[in-house]
Amino acid sequence: MVERRVMEGSHAVAHAVRCCEPDVVSAYPITPQTHIVEKISQFVADGDLKSNYMRVESEFSAMSASVGASATGARTFTATASQGLMLMSEVLYNASGLRLPIVMSVANRAMGAPINIWNDHSDSMGVRDAGWIQLYAEDNQEALDMTIQAYKIAENQDVMLPAMVCMDGFILTHTYEPVSIPKKEKVKEFLPEFDPEIKLDPENPLTLGTVGFPSDYMEIRHEQYQAMENARDIMPKVFSEYEEKFGRTQNTLTENYKTEDAEIILVSLGSIMGTIKEAVDELRENGKQVGAIKIKAFRPFPDQELIEGLQNAEAVAVLDKNITLGKKGALYTEMKDTLYSADIKPQMTNYIVGLGGRDIPRQSIKNIVQQTKDDLNNGQTREVRFVDLKEE
Amino acid sequence: MTKLREQEDFVSGHRACAGCGLALGARLAMKGVEQDSIATCATGCLEVISTPYPESSWEIPWIHSLFENSASVAAGIEAALKAKGDNETKVIAQGGDGATVDIGMRGLSGMFERGHDVTYICYDNEAYMNTGIQRSGATPLAASTTTSPPGKQSYGNENTKKDALAIAASHGVGYVASASIAYPKDVVEKVKKAAELDGPSYVQIHVPCPTGWGFKESDTIEIARLAVETALWPVYEMENGEIINIRKIKNRKPVEEYLEKQKRYKHLFKKDNGQQKIEQIQEIANRNAKTFELDK
Repeated sequence: MVERRVMEGSHAVAHAVRCCEPDVVSAYPITPQTHIVEKISQFVADGDLKSNYMRVESEFSAMSASVGASATGARTFTATASQGLMLMSEVLYNASGLRLPIVMSVANRAMGAPINIWNDHSDSMGVRDAGWIQLYAEDNQEALDMTIQAYKIAENQDVMLPAMVCMDGFILTHTYEPVSIPKKEKVKEFLPEFDPEIKLDPENPLTLGTVGFPSDYMEIRHEQYQAMENARDIMPKVFSEYEEKFGRTQNTLTENYKTEDAEIILVSLGSIMGTIKEAVDELRENGKQVGAIKIKAFRPFPDQELIEGLQNAEAVAVLDKNITLGKKGALYTEMKDTLYSADIKPQMTNYIVGLGGRDIPRQSIKNIVQQTKDDLNNGQTREVRFVDLKEE
Repeated sequence: MTKLREQEDFVSGHRACAGCGLALGARLAMKGVEQDSIATCATGCLEVISTPYPESSWEIPWIHSLFENSASVAAGIEAALKAKGDNETKVIAQGGDGATVDIGMRGLSGMFERGHDVTYICYDNEAYMNTGIQRSGATPLAASTTTSPPGKQSYGNENTKKDALAIAASHGVGYVASASIAYPKDVVEKVKKAAELDGPSYVQIHVPCPTGWGFKESDTIEIARLAVETALWPVYEMENGEIINIRKIKNRKPVEEYLEKQKRYKHLFKKDNGQQKIEQIQEIANRNAKTFELDK
């Protein structure tokens, strides 16, 4: 029997962590992530989770302690958001370079200044080159599922890279939804014990984290690049295996929603996909040929899936909850790169939405579709549009 | 004299400069750790000289992560060992003075305060040597470094050395000690004591740097001994905040004898009013002698 309960996203993730039984959890509070590490500390306090729970003095140490623990062969979990993720950023590159399969929840939150605790993706997009696998959850169930899947992907011998599961701050972390909680025993069948070949062990002393000279650095980086490419192949297998066991999730790095005959396709990631799907449904009722593609994995980036999904689209509207100053939204620029190697050349527009927690109602999504349609009819488009910007 | 353990955990073949005090300090420190151990190391000379990929001078499991997280990584290792039921393997964190008293202080403080069973060893050569002799918080008054040079309006480093031992002690760290490579057996014994303690411990070893301080490679031990004999580097140990042992000095030497042998203080003997700075340094030595009752 699967236990189905109504709970906030943070607690859903905490339950996933409980089922994965990390040896070490290093925790530092930051809004809107805090409920995750609070709930885990309660599990530990109640004896429901036998992790060594470290209450560290900063996010920098949260990630550094994770590096030490993971290098010792321990399954490791931590969580953060926004400024905390930035404080970790130096260590993020290190965790990846040392090939440590740490799993971390990121409760996506805007970057200051101005200080803002609400949701957008500026934080995780800012560290997209740190060498971490990045998964983005649409809802609380997916945040739970992806956390378990993340361990299985990260700890694969051909991958051995850290993974962050991104979930929208407040929108998911603090919102109650019904969630199916798997049985711990069943998760154990899916996720074997972590026992890496290379670890800090007095029985077999190894030196980790050496100086990499120009004569070797590039080869080591190339191996890391290859590992991320391996993740691209391994992820669908993990998703399939998860589906067999728990009856959820599709096996792809993207999810296509009513795209087959769609003239206009909206592409985005995270919780906004729920609103997008509802808007698509309503527009479909009015005869509009609209569809949507959800990006589940931003790293590795699902190039092939996107090319296939967008095959018949005349226009693509990319919704970014971040802005790369001096360029465009991160998702948009990556998608343009993806499509350059494809035969298709749909009209593309970058819609910047929801920065710093600005609400994105269904009507705004519909407006985006209308705008895209108008551009198609006019045969011209402005590449970047900030959505629902207040007039001066 | 007690015979030192034959086993070497930090072996030769590394790339340290001739006469390197740090390499000797690390070798001695490792001789003090008799149980199975895992070591961390901050970015710095020690890491660079000992692990040019694919070579290593370490016979024990060893990890370098970053500059400022040696203590935090060590804390994570200790947590992992405990989680796996291993209460025997000792965790040794290592860092230079910059990694310890400057950039790594937050993580070190957290590791102390949480009470991890980690022995932290600071190899103190009183500046950022690996990057080319820049001033750190452990650089002594008036020392010339590449970022605290003497000039028309400068007598070298403007500040006095940060007291990291007092900071460690104020955390309630069970064992805190200073040591000098001039007294090898003392280094080994202190690290041994630190490693045997259940809980955090801190040992700061004074390791003169011929390249950075400007003295002959053959004089490393003599310079180290003069720092102790002038009372500029008091050698003592503390248990639970109480000083329990002090290396007394017979016939304390004037600081000039130490300063004049190093290029980093050369300007004090040439510049107008340089003597005033030397007197200030002598006052620091006098204060140390009084505080720690160093004079025999």
